[in-house]
Formats: sequence, C-alpha cells, structure tokens
Amino acid sequence: MNRIYLDHAATSPVHPKVIGKLVETLEQTYGNPSSIHASGREARKQLDQAREQLASSIGANDQEIILTSGGTEADNLAIFGTAMALKNEGKHIITSQIEHHAVLHACEKLEKEGFEITYLPVNEQGRISIDDFKQALRDDTILVTIMLGNNEVGTIQPIREIGELLNEHRAVFHTDAVQAYGLLPISVDDLHVDLLSVSSHKINGPKGIGFLYQRKGTKLAPQLFGGQQERKRRAGTENVPSVLAFAEAVAISQQTMEEKRTLYKQFKKTMISAWQKEDMTYKVNGEEQFTLPHILNVSFKGTDVESLLVNLDMNGLSVSSGSACTAGSVDPSHVLVAMFGEEAHELRNSIRFSFGYGVSIEDVKEAVAITVKVIKRLVK
Amino acid sequence: MQQQKNNANTRVVVGMSGGVDSSVAAHLLKQQGYDVIGIFMKNWDDTDENGVCTATEDYDDVIKVCNQIGIPYYAVNFEKQYWDKVFTYFLEEYKAGRTPNPDVMCNKEIKFKAFLEHAISLGADYLATGHYAQVKEVDGETQLLRGLDNNKDQTYFLNQLSQDQLSKVMFPIGHMEKKLVREIAAEAGLATATKKDSTGICFIGERNFKEFLSQYLPAQPGDMVTMDGKKMGRHDGLMYYTIGQRQGLGIGGAGDPWFVLGKDLDNNELLVGQNIHHEALFSDQLTAVNMSFTTNAPNNKMFSCTAKFRYRQEDIKVEVELTPNNGAIVTFAEPVRAITPGQAVVLYDGDICLGGGTIDEVMKHGQKLTYVG
Repeated sequence: MNRIYLDHAATSPVHPKVIGKLVETLEQTYGNPSSIHASGREARKQLDQAREQLASSIGANDQEIILTSGGTEADNLAIFGTAMALKNEGKHIITSQIEHHAVLHACEKLEKEGFEITYLPVNEQGRISIDDFKQALRDDTILVTIMLGNNEVGTIQPIREIGELLNEHRAVFHTDAVQAYGLLPISVDDLHVDLLSVSSHKINGPKGIGFLYQRKGTKLAPQLFGGQQERKRRAGTENVPSVLAFAEAVAISQQTMEEKRTLYKQFKKTMISAWQKEDMTYKVNGEEQFTLPHILNVSFKGTDVESLLVNLDMNGLSVSSGSACTAGSVDPSHVLVAMFGEEAHELRNSIRFSFGYGVSIEDVKEAVAITVKVIKRLVK
Repeated sequence: MQQQKNNANTRVVVGMSGGVDSSVAAHLLKQQGYDVIGIFMKNWDDTDENGVCTATEDYDDVIKVCNQIGIPYYAVNFEKQYWDKVFTYFLEEYKAGRTPNPDVMCNKEIKFKAFLEHAISLGADYLATGHYAQVKEVDGETQLLRGLDNNKDQTYFLNQLSQDQLSKVMFPIGHMEKKLVREIAAEAGLATATKKDSTGICFIGERNFKEFLSQYLPAQPGDMVTMDGKKMGRHDGLMYYTIGQRQGLGIGGAGDPWFVLGKDLDNNELLVGQNIHHEALFSDQLTAVNMSFTTNAPNNKMFSCTAKFRYRQEDIKVEVELTPNNGAIVTFAEPVRAITPGQAVVLYDGDICLGGGTIDEVMKHGQKLTYVG
C-alpha cells in the first residue's frame, strides 16, 4: 500500500541533502571540536559555520546559539535556566494553557518548587488576549513563555506585541518556535524575544538536535555541567554530524519557505473544497490568518477520533490527533480543552493534518478521498 | 459465516491486555492467516505521583508482542465508559452491602460492547480475546462453552453475553490448557511468555483493597456480633467484608476460626460465627435479577441444569424457575455455603454456559436470609 504521510508536525522525513551531509560528516569529521589538534580544529571550523547558519536564520549572532538535544531541552533550559537565574528577583511566570508539554510540564514542576505560574487562557481560535497578558504581568514576573505557533491547531500567537510590551519590563521573554520555525520568517529583534527554541526534526533534519537562542546579556543558569562547550551554558561534546545536518536542513527550509507557504495554502484549499463538495460536516479549528501554513486541524462531527485515526491508518493515511497519549490511547487535547471547554465535541472528533517536504497535490487529493470514504462510513 | 470468507479476508481485532493469554491468542490467529489487529484497552488511570502507570507498562508489552508477531497495534481509551458503566455500579453495590462482580459487568458493557463496537468500526469481522472459554456454532446459533482448562474456565465472567455479542467473538485459546499457552508463548519467544498472571480486580491490581475502597466510600466502623448478639469486636466498615470470609476479622483466641455470616446494614453490624460449616452460612435457594441468556431464552419457565455461584466453584444441580422482569428462582439440590448477593449465578447444561444473573436474595427452607443482604 502506498502510504501518505500528513503528520509532518509530529516529525518530518529527513531531506536527502541532509542525509548526505550527515553521512559525510560521520565519515569525515570525527574530531572533537574542543581538541587542539588538526582534527579538532576541522570539526570546530565546520561547527562554527553551522552555528552561523542557525544564527542567521533568526537574525541572531552565532554566540547567541546554544546547541541542545532538541526542542524539549531548549524549552527546559529556557524555563529552568531563567527561573534559577532570577529566582531572587521574583517567582512569577506567565505562560499559556496551550503550550507544548515541554513548557507546561516544566512550569508545573516549578510551581511545585514554589514558583507562581499564570496560565493564560485562549479564545475559541486558540489565541491569547493581550489584555489578559497585561493584567497578568506583575513587577515580580521573571519569565514569560508563550509559543509562536501551536503544534496541534497551528495558532500563531501575538509574540511581537507581547515582546514590545516587555521592552520596559525585567521579565525574560521566551518563545517556543519549534513548530513555526521554517514556515514563518523569524527575526528575534523584530519579535523582541530573549529566548527562542528550535528543533531540527520538524524541518527535515535529524532527530536529537536543536538550539536555544539566548539574547546577549540574558541571564540563564546552566542545567548541564561538565566541559566548557556552548560557553559553559550546556556541557557535553557537540553532536557535530547532527549540527551540520541540522544547518543543512535550516538552509533548505529558509530557501523554500515562500514556496512551501504557497503550496500548503493550496493543499488546505484542496482539502476543504473537497469536503465541501462531498457535503461533509466539518469544521476547521482555528482561524486561517492566525494559523501556521502547514497545519490543518479539523473536527468531523459524528466521528470518534480513536476509531477515525485507526481507520485512516489502515487505509494508508498517517495523521494524528495532535493530543497527548497515555498508554497509546488518545487523551483529550489540552489545547482543544482550552479552546472549547471540557465537554466540547471537538475534543472527541478532531484530527490534525500537517504538510511538509515531499507531499504532492496528488497525495493531498488521495488523502482527502480516504478521509471522505472513511468518515462517510463511520458517520453512517 | 466463517466459510464464506477466507482467513486472509477476515479481520480480527484482538483485545490485548499485555498478558500472555491475549498475546498467544493474537499469535495463533496470525498463524492461521487472519488479518489481525491488536488493540489495547485503557479503562483506568492509575498513574501515581512518580508518573508510573501499569497501563503504560502493559501497553509496552503489547507493542513488543505485536512487533514480534508482525501485526499493527493501537490503543483505545474507555476510561469514561468504564467509570460510568462498571465503576459506578461497583461502588453502588458496595454501598448496598453487596459484593459486586466488576469483571462480569466489564465483559458485558465494555469488552464485548463498547470495545466490540470499536472493533466493528475498524472493519473487524470478529473480536478475539484471551479468555478461557469456547464458542461453537450449532444450527445457526453460537453456543458459549466452558474453556477446556477446567481450572481456568472463565465462562462465569462471560455469562451476560448475548447471542448477538457471541456471534462476533473468537476465543483462540479456549481449547487449551494454560500450560500449553505458556509453552506456545515460550516457543514463539513472545515477550510476555513468563509474565505473571494478573490477579484481583483489574483496577485495584495488587494494591490494598481496603485502602482503595476507602478512597471512594466512607468507611463506617461498627460492631462484630454473633448471631445471638454477642459482641466479638469491631469491624472497619461492612463493605470490606464478604459472606464466608475468614481472613482479616482479627478475632483471636482459642477454638475454631471465625467467619463472616452476614451483615446487618440497619445496625451497621457484621455477623460472625465460628466453624467453616456454620449452619447460618448454608442456604438452598436464591433469587436472581438481570437474568440473561447466551442463546435464545429457554422455552420452559422451569428447567433443570447446573449452576455456579462463584468463580471456580464446582457445579451444583439446580432447578430454575424464570420469573417476570428477567428474574429467576434457583433451587439447589443440596445446601450451598456462602451464597453472596451481588455475585453472579451462572447456569450450565453440560459444557454449555446458558447464561446467568445477579444473586439478589438468599433463602433457606423458603425463608429469606435477611442477614446476607
């Protein structure tokens, strides 16, 4: 069976050029960048070039990039690193109810340690309100962490507005850009953020690598101790092959950003118009102008997400509900709960389509046909 | 039905618990060439403060086994349905001073209803489980038969299944001894081959039953008294005791051990007596409610058969009289010890499980034993 993969927000296939870079580096660049000999210097040179590539993609300086094992570590470093560095100045943190668990569970951990966390609500489109934010902001707020684009519904948050509001405030501003990176043009100065998380495997790079942008002068307490790597902000020998492959993926994703945005817009249109034509009962969760280009979260009334996902999988279509799983089963998504409330039908019947590298319009048409076939059977 | 479709075109969803029985059930079906899908049911969340959840561990075993067998696996969450249909009933029965059987209810409402519907929504022709029971088609009707392993036979828990449910069910290990099941698992190298059998009520597991129940129902300690009203000690709450129970009474001293004879709900007293064969423990008749039959209900309102009143008990010869509103009066050929309201009375004709109901009242010489509920 020809499988169609529309779950690029979960993880993405590695681009062939990235694989080439990875293999090449594994074969040739085995030196430790901290070593003083020629092999070490060669690794260091390539690592520095890669770091510059990463930095320039968000308008940052290479010294502001802390390489991590991925988005989760970047989020954890941002949150615990800031909390530990500023705990004597205040104990209040602002986040939102729809953050990724790498942020939410980190905040919950700090809550247990005596920090006070404000979880901003969202409206039915999944957006936080600036008024709510203004009201939540206090003199003792030390950290604001709000994601740029949501991973389940794709909602884009007003990061720039918050960043501007925080210009005159002591609070460190972190945004989890893992899902938005590569699809939205990002400039850390334009967004006025101090910390920003990025992951490689969402943009056709290898898994297990990512970075945290740390604006120069922003205080951050390290969470890993050991060698001098990353200017003592994150110890551990650099994962040189993955970093270089990541940088390659970044280069490709930056070059193709506009093209992808146009293509995915067309994909969404294709799917929606096909469902309309088939007279399906569907509802797109979130508002298009505030949604990431590659994510389409749709509620199909009369279906049950667990049955729907399995049926789609058995018919060759990989999508997901975007919600957390325990023991493999689907729990109600905290994002949809925040948007629609505990009892909303959307919690039981929403699925996420997400596009990425290699998806063609034919794939999308085929995917739509599968959804129509399966959903019509299930709803009947 | 089975003849019309060949195995490769017959989709079977196997309910996989992460135990050896359902693992082997899936393995055998796959060997027989069926289109097999393994599905894990999550009915209860017991995540502790360290994030440890037995369901996660069991699901990990399901994943391993399915990958070994080479079948796709999924999970489904029935926590809400389980709470509404099984756990609520479980608590209500304890509140009423009875001893419920959540496994019977789980089979009736969850495994062979909600889960069966889920399987059918996935295009399944059959739902298979690792139960020790057998189904056999006779004259267009599906009979429920005891599992071959008499020590493991689980038809007691399946007595409420209807003809409609049974016609869509497979029990791939029902014709085997447990020993053979373990051997097959070992031979196939299945990850669960030596995994310990689960014990007790599934959502309590190996935790302390009293402690578990006290989280949901307020315990009202009271007196333990003999049938003559002599005070023997204190009980922790009537719900913690079941008829015939010996352990945990804490009445020391010389002489015969003490047993629970009954409960006086009005006075919150636990009735106790010495001697395992205390005459108050014996009865010769019961009434049942929620009678259900695995095949079409019997034509005669009165018939003879055998019955079990608790799991793994020897069958007793009985006369059954069906009464209105799915009730029945069951009269025993000989006195039976410790019949317990809330448990199931299950009827058999030879190896055929005819069906059963819930024990409501217990009688001796035509008199209701008010002290057992």
